[in-house]
Amino acid sequence: MAGKRLKTAYDFTWRNMEVGNIVTEAGNASLRRTGDWRTDRPILDKEKCNKCGLCWLYCPDGAVELLEDGYYEPDLYYCKGCGICADVCKREAIIMIQEEEI
Amino acid sequence: MSRRVALEGSHAVAEAVRMANVDVIASYPITPQTHIPERLAEMVANGELDAEYIPVESEHSAMSACVGAAAVGARAFNTTSGQGLELMHEVLYVASSMRYPTVMAICNRGLSAPLSVWADHSDAMAVRDTGWIQVFCQNNQEVFDMTLWAFRVGEDPRVLFPVMVYLDGFTLSHVIEPVNLPQQEEVDRFLPKLQYRFALNPDNPMTHGAFGPPDIYTEAKIAQEVAFRKSKEVLLQGWKEFGDIFGRYYYPVELYKAENAKTLLVLQGSLSETAKLVVDKRRESGEPVGLIYLRLWRPFPLHEFRQAVKDVDTLIIFDRCISFGGPGGPVCSEIRSALYDMERRPKVVGFVGGLGGRDVSVGDFEHVIDRGREVAKKGSEEIFETVGVRGEVVGIRG
Ligand code: SF4
Ligand code: SF4
Repeated sequence: MAGKRLKTAYDFTWRNMEVGNIVTEAGNASLRRTGDWRTDRPILDKEKCNKCGLCWLYCPDGAVELLEDGYYEPDLYYCKGCGICADVCKREAIIMIQEEEI
Repeated sequence: MSRRVALEGSHAVAEAVRMANVDVIASYPITPQTHIPERLAEMVANGELDAEYIPVESEHSAMSACVGAAAVGARAFNTTSGQGLELMHEVLYVASSMRYPTVMAICNRGLSAPLSVWADHSDAMAVRDTGWIQVFCQNNQEVFDMTLWAFRVGEDPRVLFPVMVYLDGFTLSHVIEPVNLPQQEEVDRFLPKLQYRFALNPDNPMTHGAFGPPDIYTEAKIAQEVAFRKSKEVLLQGWKEFGDIFGRYYYPVELYKAENAKTLLVLQGSLSETAKLVVDKRRESGEPVGLIYLRLWRPFPLHEFRQAVKDVDTLIIFDRCISFGGPGGPVCSEIRSALYDMERRPKVVGFVGGLGGRDVSVGDFEHVIDRGREVAKKGSEEIFETVGVRGEVVGIRG
């Protein structure tokens, strides 16, 4: 994430946009805080988690991270709060809590 | 050396698509489809054309498949008419806004209800603002020529817009006329291989079709509009190069016996050929009547059109479509608006006729000219005039 400056819409006028609004620089979504409109936050309970990785597999945004200690945890920088990880977890190790309650 | 063969309009399109050596054809095969995909399917099956033929489940999918094909840099072709074009509507904007140079031939037909598959321009007018380059054909030679030209100009890196080639349903699509077919090497000279610089490729990943929040959408649309209007120069250049190779020259606004004319008929599509017979008769009897064939519909050739009509007293615009409740037929309303800022502008009289395949005869055009001049002089309470309607038409008012 670090290093590159994030371009914003204000870096563009109609004159310097790419043909067809194509983004030629691939993968720059990883530079963006795509999780900032989340309303529910997944919370992992390591006590219950058996490191099966289902949540990692199912997260539609690839927002679940494999930590060094072998646990899987939602990365809140990208997580959109859809609740799929909580839903697929057989161990009920992830619960969803409303952001405003935090 | 060209060869002269008898072809219906649909087969003329298919021949052009074959000679353009397309990579992908996607089309929905059921009504309101025409012989175009039928002939192309035959060509692919017989090995006359090495293309991927995708028989899709709807016109919406046909257009979507062409968008996908264009995104990876394939030369893609698609064809439909009437209701089918309506079903594609959503994806038409996607193709033009993402600047994919795909080509589509449309056999213009009326829209339901009542159910109709006959010649009419309502389908074309409904997609007028989709950002596609649009040309109308008068005869099957033009159908062949415009289809080839469409690939050439749409794919030009200075253009990169999709192109629609309009041919009247049945009147051209199903009618056999003599057509000059060029040699393949002449076509290859005119139409180089497609080199789309943004082709999707895993080795060079990029994003097509990102979303555009309010802080960038307007810039995207203005960029599209400026590029679209600017493409006109390349369209004209494409016609010039076409003429240099094939010997037939085309213009966005084509004049027929317009010299010193006081009255000009304005038409699109195959009816112009009937109207020209009436213009011939009027000229023989010394009347200063001529015709404008409005070939290029989008981007609208504003400059060329104004030039063509600047010394004329009366313009009679013939619409093959109703803009329900509008200030006139679609072509007529646009032309009125296009002329409004001129210092000296002609009177504009609008006619609507030829709907849903109704014949418009030489006699009808005689009436159009006479009645048109009368309305130009005395005015009328009706917003537009009609031709060939049973029962006196009153009540087309604001
Ligand atoms: S699905 Fe549940 S148990 Fe499996 S790794 Fe994720 S949180 Fe742990
Ligand atoms: S809530 Fe949804 S987006 Fe967030 S980590 Fe779980 S599955 Fe991924």
